[in-house]
Amino acid sequence: MIRFDSVTKTYPDGTVAVDSLSLEAPSGKITVFVGPSGCGKTTSLRMINRMIDPTAGTIWLDDKDTSQLPATELRRQIGYVIQHAGLFPHRTILDNIATVPYLLGWDKKKARSRALELMERVGLPTHFAKRYPVQLSGGQQQRVGVARALAADPPVMLMDEPFSAVDPVVRDQLQEEFLRLQSELGKTIVFVTHDIDEAIKLGDQVAVLRVGGHLAQLASPAELLNEPVDAFVAGFVGRDRGYRALGFSTAGTLSTRDEETVRLGADIPSGSSDGWLLVVDDQAEPQGWLRLDSIPAGSSTVTDAILHRGGTLARQGGSLRSALDAALSSPTGRGVVVDGDGRLVGSVTASQVLELIEGREQVRT
Amino acid sequence: MIGNVITWLNDPAHWRDTRLMTGIPSQLEAHIRYCAIALAIAVVIALPIGLLLGHTRKGTWLVTLANAVRALPTVGVLVLLVVLISPHFTGRTDTGYLIPTEIVLILLAIPPILSNTVAGVQNVEPAVRDAAVGMGMTGSEVLRKVELPCSLPLIFSGFRSATLQVIATATIASYVPLNGLGRFIYDGLAQQDFPQMIGGGVLVAALALVADLLLGLVQRYVVSPGISGRFSKKVVAAAGPITADVVQAEVATV
Amino acid sequence: MIDRIVADSSSSSPFYFWGYFMDHRHQDLAWLWDHVYLSLIPVVAGLIIALPLGYLARRYRWVYPPMVSVMGLLYTIPSIALFVLVPPVFGLKALDPKQVPIALTVYSVALLVRVVADGLAAVPEDVAQAATAMGFGRLRRLISVELPIAVPVVAAGLRVATVSNVSLVAVAGTIGQDNLGRLFDEGKNLSTTGPYYPPIVLGIVLCVLLALVFDLIIVLGTRMLTPWRRVVIGR
Repeated sequence: MIRFDSVTKTYPDGTVAVDSLSLEAPSGKITVFVGPSGCGKTTSLRMINRMIDPTAGTIWLDDKDTSQLPATELRRQIGYVIQHAGLFPHRTILDNIATVPYLLGWDKKKARSRALELMERVGLPTHFAKRYPVQLSGGQQQRVGVARALAADPPVMLMDEPFSAVDPVVRDQLQEEFLRLQSELGKTIVFVTHDIDEAIKLGDQVAVLRVGGHLAQLASPAELLNEPVDAFVAGFVGRDRGYRALGFSTAGTLSTRDEETVRLGADIPSGSSDGWLLVVDDQAEPQGWLRLDSIPAGSSTVTDAILHRGGTLARQGGSLRSALDAALSSPTGRGVVVDGDGRLVGSVTASQVLELIEGREQVRT
Repeated sequence: MIGNVITWLNDPAHWRDTRLMTGIPSQLEAHIRYCAIALAIAVVIALPIGLLLGHTRKGTWLVTLANAVRALPTVGVLVLLVVLISPHFTGRTDTGYLIPTEIVLILLAIPPILSNTVAGVQNVEPAVRDAAVGMGMTGSEVLRKVELPCSLPLIFSGFRSATLQVIATATIASYVPLNGLGRFIYDGLAQQDFPQMIGGGVLVAALALVADLLLGLVQRYVVSPGISGRFSKKVVAAAGPITADVVQAEVATV
Repeated sequence: MIDRIVADSSSSSPFYFWGYFMDHRHQDLAWLWDHVYLSLIPVVAGLIIALPLGYLARRYRWVYPPMVSVMGLLYTIPSIALFVLVPPVFGLKALDPKQVPIALTVYSVALLVRVVADGLAAVPEDVAQAATAMGFGRLRRLISVELPIAVPVVAAGLRVATVSNVSLVAVAGTIGQDNLGRLFDEGKNLSTTGPYYPPIVLGIVLCVLLALVFDLIIVLGTRMLTPWRRVVIGR
């Protein structure tokens, strides 16, 4: 658990970077600091491992005052991941990951086998072990950065915009894997980002900071979306709040309608009730829609090339948002619902989902 | 003329020490000895100071001062010191000429080593240094384990530049007069024996090229492949003595 | 006491250098002038030769490595060796005065080619492409966009080349060429009974002044050619 107790940071020229910040980052959870440039989020993070020292106030790490410990000792117990990874260019990937264990005096063999283990954990092929950072892509370097922070198994991790410097596709992957990793490891994490969507996606708890280092709101993502405490937070959280908040409510078990289907590779049927057919494969996994009146001449069997792939899939037991999105994005207006293994369950319309949502609203108010 | 030079170089008499003339191997050995002493002392002085200045980012005035030394005419300073010091050493020893020469050589070797070391340490990427500190390395650990290995290319190129300057100036030292390969140039000049003079030039050039080649090889093996990028498809020209001079000038611009 | 020493023409003290200069004005000024053009001409000629070579090395990627290697090789050869090696290679007589500017030009080219290539490489890719997209032809782009941006790097190299040349020209004085280096020769030859400092000190003083003046000129010239840099740095 990390506790900020009236922590302030002022610079000699008078700028106040952090103003009397008090909050608690619970153990085993991800707390995200988010806010516009100049709000002191990175400064606050760096005060936890004393890269910057507070001008006033105390930071507690599990009931220990961080200012009382020698700084280097403190840092060896905290994992630190930064934006451009900061990998040591002169060391191999393996030796990079094993840095803190080496510093702590671990046996070399033990440190290296731990490093290999972590490489697998973060999804890096083990044959990268003897390569050098310059040979890796940005996304791969970030994974090494995360592995390096985890090497000595610290209870606490500090992450400063770790996924900002990679492209959006890679960023999504890294975020998903990060969540998976956290579900296995349960570390106490403080994460800094300027991207409110990333904060909402990753945080168990989000701290929105204002320029000048004030805490505007500390709340769960759902609460932040539904009940922003003032105009600044509302503005920062952004548009489509209602829609995004749906991501946090489950749809429960959706009552679906059956769909007419045709197998991939089968002969094209002559007709259907509304001119559309859902195409599935041999495992009953939906592949796309077939539009009967726009089949190119000369096709007799159902193939990949003639499918519409417009709709997203909603998982049974998933969020209201994904159910609504499936319905909205489907070319037929009927969202495809699948079970946990990806097999077709049935379809659901937008109005069905909206009824569900309104039903919930009634219950709440 | 070229033919005469080749004849002179091939003459076995020139490869032995005789009463009239010290042979090529002896002069070569003397030359290398003078250079090695100066370089060793220069490294011992300049490398630690450079590492410290680069790490703490203080005292850039020292680097600028060291670079200003470049404006001094080496021959002039050499002659000045010899004229000043050698009268105090009488007799048949070389010491009266050796000491001022070594002083000049050391003064010449320090600026490239110092300014390249400082530049090398300062050019380590900030993210790398931040990560090192954040992981709990002490100041000296950061210097030893991260900053030093990462600045090796520039440090090496500074050393190579220093080596070339020292070899070149040790040649001129034969003017004052001292032994060494320059002996052939100046004696050749005095005796109007041009094959000898030009032969001396060839020998000096050869020494410099071989020395630089050897240092380049050492650099290849000492510097981590992660930095030199030896395996990448991009062609990276190894940092050589020319880089050292330009780095010095850029640093002096500050 | 100093003015007595300075005025005493038989003094061998280091402080007498001004008096020595006054006594040998014509000779010294002649040597000074020799030194000036022997230092400058190689740099100017070197730059003129290095610009197209450096441009080629940048334009055709495969040219860069061999070019840099050859230039590096030439630069490695100690100056005095280069002086004595130039006559046989260029078919001059062994102690031809032309060997100095030729050798120093070779040196300057060796240094500047890489500097020009790297200076042009320092131009950000997006700037070059934006210029092309706006309709700059290749030559125009080189002259109006790339060269101006490359000026600081090239200027740094020019400073190194020029200041080194001042010292190297003096070295040629030891093999009998006419320039300020002859002052050191004189001083050494006159120091038989005891140290005779004046010409030596004079030579050092003049060389240092010359180097500083050249350096200053290049720095000021760079400032004039790159007004945008001044704005950034002078915050």
